[in-house]
Amino acid sequence: MSEKTIERPTTDEASLAKEIEAEEKAAARQASLLKDGWADLRKRPLFIVTAFIIVCLIALAVVPSLFTARSPFSDGFCQLQNSMNGPTGGHLFGFDVQGCDIYTRTVYGTRNSIVVGVVTTIATTLIGGLLGMLAGLVGGWVDAVLSRITEVFSALPLIVGGLLIMSIWGGGDVWSVSFIMAILGWPQVFRIMRGEVISNKYNDYVLAARALGAGSWRIAFRHILPNTLAPVIVISTMNLGVYIAAEAALSYLGIGIQYPNISWGLMISDAQDRFLTSPHALLFPAGALSITVLAFIMLGDVVRDAFDPKMR
Amino acid sequence: MTIIDPTDAVPAPRPGDAEKTGPLLEVRDLHVEFKTREGVVRAVNGVNYSVNSGETLAVLGESGSGKSVTAQAIMGILDMPPASIPKGEIRFYGQDMLKMSAEERRKLRGARIAMIFQDALSSLNPVLSVGFQLGEMFRVHQGLSRKEAKAKAIELMDRVKIPAAAARVNDYPHQFSGGMRQRIMIAMALALEPDLIIADEPTTALDVTVQAQVMDLLAELQREYRMGLILITHDLGVVADVADKIAVMYAGRIVETAPVHELYKRPAHPYTRGLLDSIPRLDQKGRELYAIKGLPPNLLKVPSGCAFNPRCEKAQDICRTERPLLVPVTERDGTELPGRASACHFWKETIHG
Amino acid sequence: MAELTKADEPTDATPNVSEVDVADVHSEEEAVAALDAHVDRGEPILQVRNLVKHFPLTQGIVIKRQIGAVKAVDGISFDLYQGETLGIVGESGCGKSTVAKLLMNLEQATAGEIFYKGQDITKLSGKALKAVRRNIQMIFQDPYTSLNPRMTVGDIIGEPFDIHPEVAPKGDRRRKVQELLDVVGLNPEYINRYPHQFSGGQRQRIGIARGLALNPEVIICDEPVSALDVSVQAQVINLMEGLQDEFNLSYIFIAHDLSIVRHISDRVGVMYLGKMAEIGTDEQIYDHPTHPYTQALLSAVPVPDPDARDHRERIILTGDVPSPANPPSGCRFRTRCWKAQDKCAQEVPLLAVPERFKSSDSPAAHESACHFAEEKDVVHAG
Repeated sequence: MSEKTIERPTTDEASLAKEIEAEEKAAARQASLLKDGWADLRKRPLFIVTAFIIVCLIALAVVPSLFTARSPFSDGFCQLQNSMNGPTGGHLFGFDVQGCDIYTRTVYGTRNSIVVGVVTTIATTLIGGLLGMLAGLVGGWVDAVLSRITEVFSALPLIVGGLLIMSIWGGGDVWSVSFIMAILGWPQVFRIMRGEVISNKYNDYVLAARALGAGSWRIAFRHILPNTLAPVIVISTMNLGVYIAAEAALSYLGIGIQYPNISWGLMISDAQDRFLTSPHALLFPAGALSITVLAFIMLGDVVRDAFDPKMR
Repeated sequence: MTIIDPTDAVPAPRPGDAEKTGPLLEVRDLHVEFKTREGVVRAVNGVNYSVNSGETLAVLGESGSGKSVTAQAIMGILDMPPASIPKGEIRFYGQDMLKMSAEERRKLRGARIAMIFQDALSSLNPVLSVGFQLGEMFRVHQGLSRKEAKAKAIELMDRVKIPAAAARVNDYPHQFSGGMRQRIMIAMALALEPDLIIADEPTTALDVTVQAQVMDLLAELQREYRMGLILITHDLGVVADVADKIAVMYAGRIVETAPVHELYKRPAHPYTRGLLDSIPRLDQKGRELYAIKGLPPNLLKVPSGCAFNPRCEKAQDICRTERPLLVPVTERDGTELPGRASACHFWKETIHG
Repeated sequence: MAELTKADEPTDATPNVSEVDVADVHSEEEAVAALDAHVDRGEPILQVRNLVKHFPLTQGIVIKRQIGAVKAVDGISFDLYQGETLGIVGESGCGKSTVAKLLMNLEQATAGEIFYKGQDITKLSGKALKAVRRNIQMIFQDPYTSLNPRMTVGDIIGEPFDIHPEVAPKGDRRRKVQELLDVVGLNPEYINRYPHQFSGGQRQRIGIARGLALNPEVIICDEPVSALDVSVQAQVINLMEGLQDEFNLSYIFIAHDLSIVRHISDRVGVMYLGKMAEIGTDEQIYDHPTHPYTQALLSAVPVPDPDARDHRERIILTGDVPSPANPPSGCRFRTRCWKAQDKCAQEVPLLAVPERFKSSDSPAAHESACHFAEEKDVVHAG
């Protein structure tokens, strides 16, 4: 081709460079949707409050000995003569029926609650997420079979399912309770994941990748998965609180965590008969439970507000 | 000419007869802002325009020019917050609608001022039959019975030329084609014989052949009822076909106003000229298209001076520092050109050069 | 002009975009001459023969019965030559987007063949298909949905190299991506940005850069500018024309905007209900249309000239496009055609040069699928 002076398309934009440069600065701080959401999160007071509470709770769960000098597992921790005594100077929350220090038991109970919440959340997210992705991507009979299975599991009420599994399996510790709730909880994540995958599967960018010759794995993990994670993360965060509450409910009914393990639900159950005479035995574990559940659910709420692309 | 007022039965606020001599609708120095996470977006910055009965004003602009926001402000359907109207007047028969109570405005909406949206499918309720939705206007505003309202609905569907109206009155929106749905939208807008219709990109979603049908229908009905029509669009072809006068918007301001023939012949703003030059023509094989360089402005940081200056070939230092006002455009010898104005420091060079 | 290597070795796509300087072409004659030079054909690069795509309509959940088919594309044929642009126009539902997907092998054709340099690509799969894909690329309509929002621009434009590693060695990819950004008129430093940080026009440039990455010979453009602002459309059209000259690309340009199609196309095909109604050079189709549908379509296009509005003849079609699941017998356009006679309901008109024009060398002598084809200049009428 001849040496014509050629107007390159770049010159179109050249004069614009300055303007774009300025835009760039504004844009640099929001390099990605995730960072965008994070930047937004940090500005929300509700997030700061809930994050603070959750950090405290995690500290309680990891190193309870930092917060109380006593250990609930040591000999002589419970003194029957203290049974149902109210709060005193050395024992801020008072004593329960067995004469055990409620403050120490509440502190140590945090660990079980958090562990159950976290383990169940991870398990449901993994099981539901993977199966949901499989069902959404493959479709056809795989989707049909998985969806029917999901329906069977989600048709089981928590209490009935819990009773059923406990009677077969026994248990009564953190792991068995997490197991029960994971078995009964994954269908929710499955449904969200499957729906997200299906709605993303027909997007133009997936079509574009196919047009380039991309294989199924690349399309699944490079294109579809990253675009489905945000809603799953949000629902999982919220579920953490729900699972903690559910554990307490199961334990309260006697089909969750059993003695000698400590659980807020168990403590509440023990205290309810004497609520009128000594309310402290019920109020302190119940308060701890409420704060924890609320903190996680509110965290899920602000995370959704910050990450939900529809709110942008 | 006498203004025929077809709205006798409508129990809406009635301005005194003396006020009817002025324009039907007059927007004065309207400002609209949106509060967003990134800051305050000034979507409309001092817009002035007016429409008379029987007249078609085309508001031309790209996305982000503020053309639709202005229309929503007139209709009173802006979500406030995040939107707010810090300044301005919207006079309908001389009465400032922004000072009216919510109830007064509600009565005007639909009865005296109606709107046609781009997407007819999402503007119609999918679970109600079109006959019911059309009839609702009569039941709510005129208190007609169900039976009467249905008869009126069939009459309206006939008037917008929907074949077999009586048979289709109980059909649901999804049973109609895109063009037919847009007709139903027009029928709804016309139901109470309003004085003013605002059509926001009414044919953008339609195919060309259907677009032609719908625009013809709209023009015919407008003539019949002597309505004022504000047509909001980005399509220079549609504007040329139906408009009487044009207001060109850019970055929330009107940059040029002109009667339709004048604008296409001699644009007085470089943006208008650029737009006209950048569209390919059906009747000529063009060579390279003229392209306005750059991008429409980000409303969060509109360039200083004239908002168009970074994209303008005529831009000088003054354009970067001083915002040009919308001034009347005249002939070389100073003869007034009625209805023409341009917000460009170099309008003389643009129109006469 | 940058040297174009279409062989397997990595290509150095040195950006050297050539656009014919407007000022250089002084007269109409020169422009026409330039056009004629373009139409120096040779072997078609793409040949489409009797392409059919039916989407089955099924009933029942467990045992699916086919109760009919949506005849989205129902036997169309055309050729595409090296370096030319073939425009395909038609209204929504005419099957033009399905044609694009069939050409890209994103849908499996029900019948018919697509020959790329003599090889039928509809029967290909696996490696052979992947190899052909390198040479036929696509630009999508919606710049907002066609770029993965979770990937950086560098990853998006570099993805073709991940999929076809033989095109560019790993160490070289970043540089190539930056070159591609430069070619489409974007700042190469934007490589680490995300799509949502760009405007619609810029995103479409990113989509174009992705389409160019593998040095394709054919690019299918499905409504590439219809989602863009008017003032940005011209930029993208000019860019595409420049790239075509630089890389000797062949375009199939699918759009509903007849004015833009005329501007960019050397030849134009008009589709109606899954069939090609008329095909010819842009001059033949726009200035000498012989199919009533083409005439109606052209007459309905609003022309940005208010002086034309009073004396332009308008053919306003009645009714809507019939359902492609149940198209009319004979000529598909007969239900809306003002010329329709009994013959039209019984006999399917073939796409061929009409008998009456066969011996003439007038521009009306081009392929038109109408029993009663006659010339009518609707664009300039009046």
